[in-house]
Amino acid sequence: MFYTQLGNYSLIFSFIFSLLIFYSCFKNINNKTKQIESNIFSFLSIQLLTIFLSFICLVASFVVSDFSNETVYNNSHTTKSIFYKVSGSWGNHEGSLLLWLLVLVLFVFIFFLTSKKHPKNYRIFTIIFQQVIVIGFIFFLLTVSNPFNTLFPIPDEGLGLNPILQDPALAIHPPILYLGYVGSSIIFSSSLAALIEDYVNKNWAIHIKKWIIVSWIFLSLGIMVGSIWAYYELGWGGFWFWDAVENISLMPWFCLTALIHTIIVLEKKNHLKNWTLILSIATFTLSVSGTFLVRSGILNSVHTFANDPNRGIFILLFLFILILLSIVIYFLFHKNEKPIIKDTFLLSKETSLVVNNWFMMYFLSVVLIGTIYPIILEVLTNNKVSIGPPFYHKLLSPFLIPFLIIMAFGPKLKWIKTKFSKIKLTNLFFLIISLLISSFIISFTEMKYLFSTVLFGASFFLLFKTIEEFFIKNYNFSQKISHLAFSIFILSILINGIFSTEFSTNMKFGDEKKINDIYIKFTNLKTLNKENYKTIITSFQIKDEHGKIMNFNPEVRIYNQPEILTSEADIKSNIFSDNFLVVNLLKDDGYFNVRYQVKPFMLWIWLSVVLLTFGGILSFFRR
Amino acid sequence: MKKKFIFLIIFFIAIFNYSFAIENNTKLENKISKNLRCLVCQGQSIYDSNSDFALSVKLIIKNKLKEGKSEKEIYEFFKSKYGEWILFDPEINKKTIFLWIFPIILFVFGGYLIFRKFFIK
Amino acid sequence: MKKKKIFFSVILSTLFIFFILFKGLYNQNYYIPKNTTKNLISFKAEDFFTKEKLTSDQFFLNNKYIIINIWASWCIPCLKEHKYLMSLRKNNNFKLIGLNYKDKENNAKQFIKKNGNPYELILSDRNGTISIELGAFGVPETFVIHEKKIIKKYIGPLDQQNIFEILRITKK
Repeated sequence: MFYTQLGNYSLIFSFIFSLLIFYSCFKNINNKTKQIESNIFSFLSIQLLTIFLSFICLVASFVVSDFSNETVYNNSHTTKSIFYKVSGSWGNHEGSLLLWLLVLVLFVFIFFLTSKKHPKNYRIFTIIFQQVIVIGFIFFLLTVSNPFNTLFPIPDEGLGLNPILQDPALAIHPPILYLGYVGSSIIFSSSLAALIEDYVNKNWAIHIKKWIIVSWIFLSLGIMVGSIWAYYELGWGGFWFWDAVENISLMPWFCLTALIHTIIVLEKKNHLKNWTLILSIATFTLSVSGTFLVRSGILNSVHTFANDPNRGIFILLFLFILILLSIVIYFLFHKNEKPIIKDTFLLSKETSLVVNNWFMMYFLSVVLIGTIYPIILEVLTNNKVSIGPPFYHKLLSPFLIPFLIIMAFGPKLKWIKTKFSKIKLTNLFFLIISLLISSFIISFTEMKYLFSTVLFGASFFLLFKTIEEFFIKNYNFSQKISHLAFSIFILSILINGIFSTEFSTNMKFGDEKKINDIYIKFTNLKTLNKENYKTIITSFQIKDEHGKIMNFNPEVRIYNQPEILTSEADIKSNIFSDNFLVVNLLKDDGYFNVRYQVKPFMLWIWLSVVLLTFGGILSFFRR
Repeated sequence: MKKKFIFLIIFFIAIFNYSFAIENNTKLENKISKNLRCLVCQGQSIYDSNSDFALSVKLIIKNKLKEGKSEKEIYEFFKSKYGEWILFDPEINKKTIFLWIFPIILFVFGGYLIFRKFFIK
Repeated sequence: MKKKKIFFSVILSTLFIFFILFKGLYNQNYYIPKNTTKNLISFKAEDFFTKEKLTSDQFFLNNKYIIINIWASWCIPCLKEHKYLMSLRKNNNFKLIGLNYKDKENNAKQFIKKNGNPYELILSDRNGTISIELGAFGVPETFVIHEKKIIKKYIGPLDQQNIFEILRITKK
């Protein structure tokens, strides 16, 4: 009760202080001094403290199970373990927005501290734009999604947290993802500020690059953790479904990846200013759109948990105010760049980086149109279509081939101009080897298409080239790591996609079956009562085609609050493949639906993403 | 010389791959059920779902294949019953043409912009 | 001048997307396709009591309206709509057919015994395939069929309003 009140007042306080910061920043712009007034710093500190306090209060309400708080009542239960009580505080709509806000003000604060070398007005404008976002979010929280709404009479027991959310990966998924999303808000605000103050130059590029890399690292990790969760918890063995909510996290990622590459051109050559600005604006816009699409329930998705049109309208309005604001500012302040033809040639680092952006934007457009097209079509013609994995595969994979090959050459090129003759014969050798290997691999599958050979060939080629890079002396170690990781990533996805095998069958206790040379035996079945669920633990023995025997213990859990069945897969991982067994309860008494999958190189997908972000971390700490 | 060599390699690979595997029925069944949306679920495919609806659809796919119906006929059947919403792989028609060509148009346009910016003197 | 044109086209397209998303918010999540009503219905089924194999042509005869109600003893909303179905019993304007969905025979018989049998004919749908022929999502669902075409479809339990509507449609 106390925490709820305190949290609420603290949030209101922070709203007042945000308005104060907004006001004093404006007053400070015309001030001729070189320094930002000290009161802005103290206001920012208070803003951070009050929001932090309010977040702590929410967590505390969850920990003590204060059911007078509506959010706690809707999402918690006394029998839940303390870990999920804490993580449950951001596993719901209101709490997650409060976390968003906390990260947002934290980043403003960090920005303020780390940008002291830069012009005063640029910093002030950045803070102003950030405050617009902060005010919007606090207002949103206080009006339509207040985490501190109270209930009377106070219920005895809460409704519980959706069991599929009671999971360690999902406990850390939102915070990591939000660090990425919110990091892009700094990029957004600072690029608008730099635009107004005409500060789009090398210094700005060096400064904002750090923020871009940080957001990119967190976004990559966040997406990965989400995929890992989907892989073992949603229980059907896939890790990426081209589901709308997943796509939404992917879109800013494409933008950020493009930005990481463009910002180098801006930093080193002072080109592509306008393009960098557009990308910065787009990144944050896409992040907020993500929040809108997830939270409004406009999409039909595995992950949509909260539906409320009022909230949707609010975020939508807010989103479009931000977009219109940035469009107007962009058109008012941007300058035409002088053309750069004179000193750039076809074979140059500039071209390769621009080509990277070109492909990134293509991938982005495919994902974007695939995600929102059903909505557009339904509104305009009242027809509804589904856009699933085949669409994305068809449009993305052909373009992957030139992308991978260009990526193999890109880092080798020099600024301004590289002579064609410099491209060595070894490349031809690599190309032939890659094609041979891939045609050899493809011959083992049923996918006997020229296309897959070329796609595989291109990814092997990239792998060889990135490995070769390590033997060439140049300082850019982080780029080498990330590119190597990316080539491993693509290869493991392709191999995983092609060589995964699976079967599904219905069995009851004691059954023994032989399917595709694999023996499967249902050896044991027991029921246990846990704190907030009942679990049916099944035991299976599998003898694969090589005679290797494995034991699996997948579970079916029946949660009591709310009553929901979940399947806990049993996964045996090693460096070559994952063996994945999951069971589902069928309505016919005693029968289970058993699904067994062998997924090669699964671990490599995760490891390569970790390596990819490691490259980012190295790049962050360079110089 | 070099060109001929490359050509030979590509030719070799093409021959190597030029044979069609016979898809057996369970494989096809899985493929079809992965391309259908489970209409009573949240974003799952028929293949991934164990709801009553999905189980019946799987059974129908199995029966239709036994009757000798082709993959396309089966999609048509479900489309006629439930509309395009059930197909995960949108076919190219008047309603979806924009969906398919929009990214391509954008790609070509982007290429044009880059070309204009960098190489036309 | 060119700059202005670009500016306005960007603004306009933004507003257009805003409008689309705004309208999209109010669309239903449950989607019922329109064009499916054109198809002729035909299927084979088994009589629940006599186990006689029937084709739909046998009971779709003449111009009579047919109402097919999908039900199951394990379905809780079905119990709720049962009293309304009972009120549709013995109406000469239409023929009420029950389709017993994925049910155990004994349970279904008990359900009928306990709550009354509103149906002129009960067909069994052991594995749910007939329901899919009709384009159903699950239980309970009710279809009004005329000349082998579905002219009205109710997803979920019927209420008094629906009953009035059914009576009005079938009166013609």
